[in-house]
Amino acid sequence: MTLLTGCWRGEATLPSVTELRTQFEAARSEQWRFSAGDSFEWDSRLLTRLLPIARYCETEQIELDLSALPPAVARLLGLALAVAPAASAAPPRRTLVDRYRAFWRNLFSGTHASVAFVGECTLAFGRFLRGGANTRGIDILWFIQQCGPQALPIVALISVLVGMILAYLGSVQLRQFGAEVYVADLVTIGMVREMAALMTAVIMAGRTGAAYAAQLGAMQANEEIDAITTLGISPIEYLVLPRMLALILVMPLLYLFSVALGLGGGALVAAGLDVNLLQFINSAREAVDLTDIGTGLFKSLAFAVVIAAAGCHAGLLSGRSSSAVGQATTRAVVHAIVYLVVVDAGLNILYNELGI
Amino acid sequence: MAAPHIEVRGVTMAYGRNVVQRDLGFTVGRGDIFVIMGGSGCGKSTLLKHMIGLNRPAAGHILIDGIDLHSATPQELLTLQRSWGITYQRGGLFSDLTLAENVAVPLEQYTDLDDAEIRDIAAYKLALVGLAGFEAYYPSNISGGMQKRAALARAIALDPTLLFFDEPSAGLDPLSSLRLDQLIREISESLGATVVIVTHELASIFSIATNSVFLDAATKTQLDVGPPRQLARSSRHAVVREFLARGELSAGAPVSERSHPS
Repeated sequence: MTLLTGCWRGEATLPSVTELRTQFEAARSEQWRFSAGDSFEWDSRLLTRLLPIARYCETEQIELDLSALPPAVARLLGLALAVAPAASAAPPRRTLVDRYRAFWRNLFSGTHASVAFVGECTLAFGRFLRGGANTRGIDILWFIQQCGPQALPIVALISVLVGMILAYLGSVQLRQFGAEVYVADLVTIGMVREMAALMTAVIMAGRTGAAYAAQLGAMQANEEIDAITTLGISPIEYLVLPRMLALILVMPLLYLFSVALGLGGGALVAAGLDVNLLQFINSAREAVDLTDIGTGLFKSLAFAVVIAAAGCHAGLLSGRSSSAVGQATTRAVVHAIVYLVVVDAGLNILYNELGI
Repeated sequence: MAAPHIEVRGVTMAYGRNVVQRDLGFTVGRGDIFVIMGGSGCGKSTLLKHMIGLNRPAAGHILIDGIDLHSATPQELLTLQRSWGITYQRGGLFSDLTLAENVAVPLEQYTDLDDAEIRDIAAYKLALVGLAGFEAYYPSNISGGMQKRAALARAIALDPTLLFFDEPSAGLDPLSSLRLDQLIREISESLGATVVIVTHELASIFSIATNSVFLDAATKTQLDVGPPRQLARSSRHAVVREFLARGELSAGAPVSERSHPS
C-alpha cells in the first residue's frame, strides 16, 4: 500500500512512475492500493502518475485499488482508460531510402501535375473563346479591378525609382566619355526592353500571385473547391481562368504605365546632368521603335501567364490546413519569380537570335 | 445557490447597428454547468464570444469573478485567461503543431514544469478525451470529431476553473458525445470548475446542465433562465417548452399529451 500525502499538484516535484512501481514490486503485494494521507492535494499531475501505473496493472493483471482516494480520481482515471491507446501510435518514420524515392516520385508527379494544369488551362481557354466556359464576366472585371488600378501606386513608385537607378548607373559610365546625353537612350532601352516588364512582373508576383494562391488555398481548406467540382463546374474555368485573363489583360497596360514613369524618373536624374527635358525626349524617341515596345509587351504577356499559373496552381494543390495555405503562398511566389527570370532569359536569347 | 462566478448584466450585443440580442441578464454560479441554448442563428456563439472578451458588448457589463472583462487591467485579464479554458466551434487547433504540442502550449506558457512532465500531462489529457496514442499526429491527420476532442484536451490542460465550450458535441458520434458529456461533468465535479456550454443538443442539455438560458431569435432577447428540466415543465413561454419538449419525447420520457399553448 502506498500512502499519498502532501501536495500532488501544481508544480510540485513528484516521484516518478518507476519509483512508485518499484515500491509496490518490493512489497510483493497482489493488490496495489493507494490511499490518501494527511493534507493530500491533487490535480492532473497525480493522474499523470496513476495512468501509466493503471495501464501496467491492466496488462500484468494486478488489482489496483483506488477506493481510498477521492472518488473523482478513480472516475477520471476510468475516463482516461476507457479508450485503449491507438495501435499505430505515431505516423511511421520515413527512412532515407523512402525520402529518396519520395523525392523522385514527387518530382515526377509534380511535373506531371504542372503539365496537366497547363493543358487544362489551355483547353479551358479554348472553350472560353468559343463561349462554352463556365467563366463569369463579372469575375474577370472584379479581378481586373484587384490587380490593375489598385496596383498602380506601388508600380508607379518602383518604376520611377528604377528609372532613376538606371540613369545614375549610366551617367557614371557615360560621364567618362563626356557622353551624358546618351543617358536618355540607356534609360529608354533599359525600361522598354527589360526593366519595366520585369519589375512589374516581380511586383505582381508578390502582390497578385500570392493573393491568388492564398485565396484558392483557403477555398481548398474550406471545401469550397470540392463544392464547385461536385456541382459539375470546372474549377479551372470558374476560378483559374478569370484570374489569369484579368492579369493577362492588365499586365501590358501596367507595362506601358511603368515605361512612362520610368522615363520620368530617368528624365529627372538627367536634368541634374544638364540634359534638358527636350533633349531627353528627342533621344528617347530615337532610341526605340515600335518593335522594341512590342518585345516588352510580349514579355509582359508571358509574365502574366507565368504569375497567374504559378499562383493558381499552388493554390489548387494546397493542403487543407492553415500552415498548408502558407506553404502554397510561398510556393506561388518562389515559383513565379524563378520562372519569370527563366522565361525572361529565354525570350532575350530568342530576340537576339531573331535580331529584334 | 452557489456564489456567482459570471454575471451578465443588461448586455446588448450588436454588430454595427444590427442588434443580435438585447437586455441579457443572468448569473452563472460557481460549479454550475450552464447551457446557452436557442435556435440556430439566435446569437449563442456571439454571446460566448462576449463572455470570453473577444467581442465588446454594445451596452451592459460582463463580470467574471467580479472583474468587468472590458475594463480589466491587462494583469487582471491575464489572470482570468490563465484560469479559463475554451474550445471553439471548429477546434482552433494550431495546424503546425502535433496534438501533444498543442496541449503543451498553455503548459509551456504558464508553468515551469520540465519537458518530460509536460509530455506526461499532454499524454494524460489526450487519454482523457479518448485520444491516447495520437500524440504525434497533426490536426490535419485526424478527423473533425477527433480535432474537437483534441481541442478539449488543450482547453483543460491547465485544470481551469472555468470552461467555455462552443458546440462541443456537434459532429461527434453518439458514443463520443456521451463520453464528452461524462467528461465535462467529471471535470466540473472533480475540479469544481464552472462550465459554460453553447449547444442545442437536447440530450446533452438534459443530462448535464444545472442551469440554462434560452435566447430567442425572434424577440432578440432571453426568454427564460433556469434549470432545463424545470423550464421544460413550467416555462412561461411556449417557445421554450416546445424547444425542450422534443428532447423529452425523443429521450424516451413518458409521452404525455403535448400541451398546446393557446
